[in-house]
Amino acid sequence: MTRRIRLTVFGVAAAGFAALLIWGTLGIPDFGHYRGRYGQILNHAAVNERQTTNTVTAIVFDYRGLDTMGEEFILFASVTGVALLLREQRKDVPRPRDEVRSEAVRAIGICLVPAVLTLGLWVVAHGAITPGGGFQGGVILSATFLLVWLAGSLRTYVRLTPTPYVDLTEGTGVGGFVVTGLIALLIGMPFLHNLLPYGLAGKLSSGGSLPILNWATGLAVTAAFLLLYSEFLEERSFVIAGKHK
Amino acid sequence: MSYLPYLLAVWIFLVGLFGIVRSRNFIHLVVCLSVTQSSTYVLLLSIGYVKGGTAPIFKDVKPGTKAVDPVVQALTLTDIVVSVTVAALLLSLAILGKHRAGTMDPEELHPMQG
Repeated sequence: MTRRIRLTVFGVAAAGFAALLIWGTLGIPDFGHYRGRYGQILNHAAVNERQTTNTVTAIVFDYRGLDTMGEEFILFASVTGVALLLREQRKDVPRPRDEVRSEAVRAIGICLVPAVLTLGLWVVAHGAITPGGGFQGGVILSATFLLVWLAGSLRTYVRLTPTPYVDLTEGTGVGGFVVTGLIALLIGMPFLHNLLPYGLAGKLSSGGSLPILNWATGLAVTAAFLLLYSEFLEERSFVIAGKHK
Repeated sequence: MSYLPYLLAVWIFLVGLFGIVRSRNFIHLVVCLSVTQSSTYVLLLSIGYVKGGTAPIFKDVKPGTKAVDPVVQALTLTDIVVSVTVAALLLSLAILGKHRAGTMDPEELHPMQG
């Protein structure tokens, strides 16, 4: 199929598809007039029922915890796929020399590392209270390590994130989520049932087993992103060392 | 104009799809896929918007205050993180494709090359 024919076929199909999509959106309630009850019910219920002031987190880790587990499995499967594809026989690759960077960049980077680390921990810890949670905080935490590479050196980054430990953390995060769900099942409750005391809304301990799932997700996401960074950075060293054609 | 956000989502989706179809580079293709995917975020968030509603976080506002829908926000939030890792998986496939076939152009790949 030539390029021209393919674009023509796509043009016809896309025009039909666009018409369908536009027709479909006209059936949605006007912007700003959403009438779905589920979300509104949860908005009213989450604070009293689960002592969780952030309804989004209550949905992600409690009311729809099973869906989040599915999402974590996608995360886990993709990261495992990347590791399987890229983690070839790459032993004894000489690490590329870090280019000399300006002292200003280095100084700012070093100053930012503790700040970003604290921010990440704070975002994960307060997931049930203010905007944030394991997913967002996990990404910020992984950025801390990326900052070490950007402002420091690859050598320091590799030393800070030994692959076996990162793999273990990834497994602990995803596994912790599943085990928390299974514990509820073992004592005769539904899977992922929130069985710990809910505490008082606004406190770090509030939400029952929600903070456990939250931290498990934080670990899983941090480790997943660290794994991705490591694999791509190793690949980069490999290419720079000229091992590929 | 109350349909504008939905139409924006349709437009982003189609632009991304167009990019995928006429792509000459795997990395460009993955970026186009991310664009297509982000249209779902726009659609979800704009569907759940309630006029005059606050964020669905009741730390400083009284529970029961009019707020936007939290369910679509939860969907979007997990989707964003997961989509990044899927993009990484596709990019690593692109790297392998480059090593094996020596090209980043989908059109230069022969079908079922052993």
